[in-house]
Amino acid sequence: MATQIPIPQAPTTAILDETLEPAGPGLWLEVLHGWVTTVDHKRLGLMYIGYALLFLVIAGFEALMMRVQLAIPNNTFVSPQTFNRLFTMHGTTMVFFVGMPILFGFGNYLIPLMIGARDMAFPRLNAFSFWISAFGGLLLYFSFLGGDGLYGAGTAPDVGWFAYAPLTAKAFSPGHSTDYWTLSILLSGIGSVGVALNIVATTICMRCPGMKLTRMPLLVWLYFVDACMVLVVVSPLTAAQIMLMLDRYLGSHFFDTQAGGSAVLWMHFFWIFGHPEVYVLVLPAFAFANEIIPVFSRKAIFGYPAMVAATVAIGFISLSVWAHHMFTVGLGAGANTFFTLATMIIAVPTGIKIFNWLATLWGGKIHFTAAMMFAVGFLFQFLIAGLTGIMLSAAPFDWQLGNSYFVVAHFHYVLVGAILFMIFSAFYYWYPKMTGRMLNETLGKWHFWIFLIGFHLTFDFMHIPGLMGMPRRVYTYEADRGWAIWNMIVSSGAIFQAIGTLLFVYNLVWSYFKGPVAGPDPWDAWTLEWATSSPPAVYNFAVVPSVQSRRPLWDLKHPEDPDSNYEM
Amino acid sequence: MFLRETGILAVAQISDHFHSATSIFTPAATPSHSIYTLSQLVLSITLGIFLVVAGLLLLALIRYRHRPADPKATQEPAQIYGSNQIELSWTVIPILIVVMLFLATARVLYSTEHASKPPTALDVTIIGHQFWWEYHYPASGVVTANELHIPVSDPRQPQPTYLTMTSADTDHSFWVPRLAGKKDLIPNKVNVMWIDPEAAGLYLGQCAQYCGVEHAKMLIRVYAQSPADFAAWLAHQQEPAVQDPAAAEGRAVFEKNACVSCHTIAGTVATGRFGPDLTHLASRDTIASGSVLNTPANIRSFVDNPAHFKPGALMPAMHLNDHDLDAVTQYLTTLK
Amino acid sequence: MSEVPASPAFIPHMPRDTGDTWKLPSRGTVGITCLIMAEASLFIIFVVAYVFYLGKSLTGPAPRDVLELPVFTTICLLSSSLTVHFAVEMLHKGSRRLCSLWLAATVLLGTIFLAGTAHEWYHLIVHDHLTIRTNLFGTTFYSLVGLHATHVAIGLFMLSLALLFSLRGQLTHEHSEKLKVLSFYWHFVDAVWVIVFLVVYVFGR
Repeated sequence: MATQIPIPQAPTTAILDETLEPAGPGLWLEVLHGWVTTVDHKRLGLMYIGYALLFLVIAGFEALMMRVQLAIPNNTFVSPQTFNRLFTMHGTTMVFFVGMPILFGFGNYLIPLMIGARDMAFPRLNAFSFWISAFGGLLLYFSFLGGDGLYGAGTAPDVGWFAYAPLTAKAFSPGHSTDYWTLSILLSGIGSVGVALNIVATTICMRCPGMKLTRMPLLVWLYFVDACMVLVVVSPLTAAQIMLMLDRYLGSHFFDTQAGGSAVLWMHFFWIFGHPEVYVLVLPAFAFANEIIPVFSRKAIFGYPAMVAATVAIGFISLSVWAHHMFTVGLGAGANTFFTLATMIIAVPTGIKIFNWLATLWGGKIHFTAAMMFAVGFLFQFLIAGLTGIMLSAAPFDWQLGNSYFVVAHFHYVLVGAILFMIFSAFYYWYPKMTGRMLNETLGKWHFWIFLIGFHLTFDFMHIPGLMGMPRRVYTYEADRGWAIWNMIVSSGAIFQAIGTLLFVYNLVWSYFKGPVAGPDPWDAWTLEWATSSPPAVYNFAVVPSVQSRRPLWDLKHPEDPDSNYEM
Repeated sequence: MFLRETGILAVAQISDHFHSATSIFTPAATPSHSIYTLSQLVLSITLGIFLVVAGLLLLALIRYRHRPADPKATQEPAQIYGSNQIELSWTVIPILIVVMLFLATARVLYSTEHASKPPTALDVTIIGHQFWWEYHYPASGVVTANELHIPVSDPRQPQPTYLTMTSADTDHSFWVPRLAGKKDLIPNKVNVMWIDPEAAGLYLGQCAQYCGVEHAKMLIRVYAQSPADFAAWLAHQQEPAVQDPAAAEGRAVFEKNACVSCHTIAGTVATGRFGPDLTHLASRDTIASGSVLNTPANIRSFVDNPAHFKPGALMPAMHLNDHDLDAVTQYLTTLK
Repeated sequence: MSEVPASPAFIPHMPRDTGDTWKLPSRGTVGITCLIMAEASLFIIFVVAYVFYLGKSLTGPAPRDVLELPVFTTICLLSSSLTVHFAVEMLHKGSRRLCSLWLAATVLLGTIFLAGTAHEWYHLIVHDHLTIRTNLFGTTFYSLVGLHATHVAIGLFMLSLALLFSLRGQLTHEHSEKLKVLSFYWHFVDAVWVIVFLVVYVFGR
């Protein structure tokens, strides 16, 4: 029989314990030193998250500027050169310096807690990964200063976030702006591989007794598959970037079409990374949904083994669909057909996940907290995003829809409507654990509704200019195409999203100081992180836990009916 | 059948509200028609899936919401861990839908990419540049730029136009939504596509692959003409440039400046190939690859400083004095 | 559920007797396997580029004109996998002297390989006028072989460090797991060379 060890009383509020030292400059230096030299997964996780939030605001501002420029035809709010830098920086920042860090941040924080471990497998590698990624982000933004001032031609990169060759060749992109793009991502890629290595090693080697792989929380499973994917798919991008640098500086000819090189080869290498990358970004969102939806439905997740199998299937199949980004390149009917089929097939395991979430809700008792509202938004929006993805997977249909605003609408539906919504949900759910305070629920609901309106105004209507022939990456458009009214509506939604985000940031700050004390388990949840104080002690667990089912705290709370009696 | 017609009507009515000269839902050639038909199948399937799944989601959220007034409110609901039969059913059904969708898609794919080329087809070679389109008619030796003239194709005696495409610099993409899906122009690679407009008229499009600063202004104008009109146009284009004595001074300005190193005017010493062929410039409706109307004032502005219309265009400002500028503008307007 | 529970949470915990049977793989082995997966992926892309561009160079020397089978250096490098294996075995058994000996042999063999590569490149650049910018063959050859050589150099650096510690008597039986992890990296580098050798010098010529 399991025994229960009460956790020691720990300070329940501030992460910073000021009771021992008098305040003063010495104390602040010591605090700073503690954070800068930390190898604690919880602190590193928070640093990743804070860093990502900062870049979210910056990249969001870049988006706002673009939407002002596009609100009316032939606008002159920004120059074409500036606009091209804006969309390049917006995309690059959002993928590499918002998406990856925020998801690694949550993973870093939660995985050891959820498996009953004291830290990640390699704490110093963890710290190194953070700092090298952080440096990458700073390097990218230094391009605004460094490009022009020191070397003349070019400032921030303006080649698009996928930087197609030969636009990136020295001949077409003189100066150093492209190099800032290449190097900053290369560095963040090293950081990503470090985190992935850590997640795999932690998951395999550091689980507490009794936690077989089939008893791990689904979040840990999904991060494990995610990390395996990162290990395999980041290297193609790194390789392509090394080749690009060799072309630009040593005169090699990897993508030099004048010397017989191939522009299509860059596309293959990039998308072999780029497509799985979007699954790398979405799997953590699924991971959050797998934890949050059951708790607020008061039911175990439906179909745990199927969810694991579907995730592994998605991981594998995602490695074989990349050329659906290249349907218009002229690969030939055979290749186009293969990639159409592979892309359509990946819809099957993805659909299985949606159905399992639906079945989890079914028969439950659903509590509409702010966290759950964002999760519900995720469910509807991810469904729609998946369906527009199916439209794009049919190659001939993609010949019209590809490289248009329809695609931009589709992928923002996934990135914002699914991933960002689940990130917001994760914040409302785990902020109490991380800080010991609850986020304000009323502000949370205002955040949800305002952001929801903005999201749908922008991204629902954005599909229409795509259907009407508007290509992407255009700094302006002709007035006689009938796109103007739709662009105006799309731009108006951006303002709502900005307000919603500001409300959210305000909530984060205000609640840290004034939010109600959370206690260890405010949501009456079932996984091991809720068996620690809020915030957890630096050592996480006073004794090493041992578990007998997937929901150890459910077993403790319901000793008459533990999960271990039923698990499939 | 009835459902299909209703569906077509519904889509057509909705698309009428969203009028656009470049809508993918008003096809005017075989490739875009077959894509349109496929799109209806895809849209109806996805709409059906959406209605079912979203409907069930909505139902679940309403029916199973927590009601504090309920006497059993604080009790946990029955914990259901899964069901193999249910998992199987919602795996098999989607697989069947995918197979059906895939087969329909593959058919359209092959019919477009492997269509047999009739001997009457017209061949046009397109070379993409930053930021303009170069058109060659190999059979007749005609070279022109930015405005593509092709014959209408009668279904009873098809005369499609086959476009053989490549790029001189970065990647581009040729997209005229009402005629066909887009295809890319890639340096060191040749792509082929075909279009067969069913009615005479002007079809608009633009470059659909980011190619640099002025990507947004690399517009496409396709003039589909009756066979007779097209033949007349082609014959006219084959002639060398008009030699209007009144414009001799302007012609001298053109020939003495750097203009000749980039532009060709057939029958003169100007044989540059870096920029658009100007032999029949005045016969075009627009300049600057479709982004500006072809008027003397606009020509003058453009020659004086292309950045006025297209900042980032590769043609440099020519720094001509006013007198030379007027003269060369007058010359260019005589090149019908 | 919206109330904050008043009592502290509980950590689920079983009595002692189940703890001993819970054995998980070693972190070092899993970690180096992950690194190898990432590096393998990197090399695969450079190999793909090499194969893709075979026969596509517009000018210049072709592989069969200038490449000779590097038999001797290959034997050295592949033997070094054996010697490093012995080094790990010796350390595991506690024979520190023998461990130093085998580590030294590994470093020596690896250095011979690098020197051989340097010699080959000197010949190619100065006599055959093949550089990375000459043609597609030059581009893909130097980048692939160079990437491998860089990995060899890094491995040699780590092995030299291990040798240094071993010579100073600081490498003991309790480090055998770490030395084994390092040896896995070295085995990977050798396996990559087998692929590069076959693709570049055998099938590609």
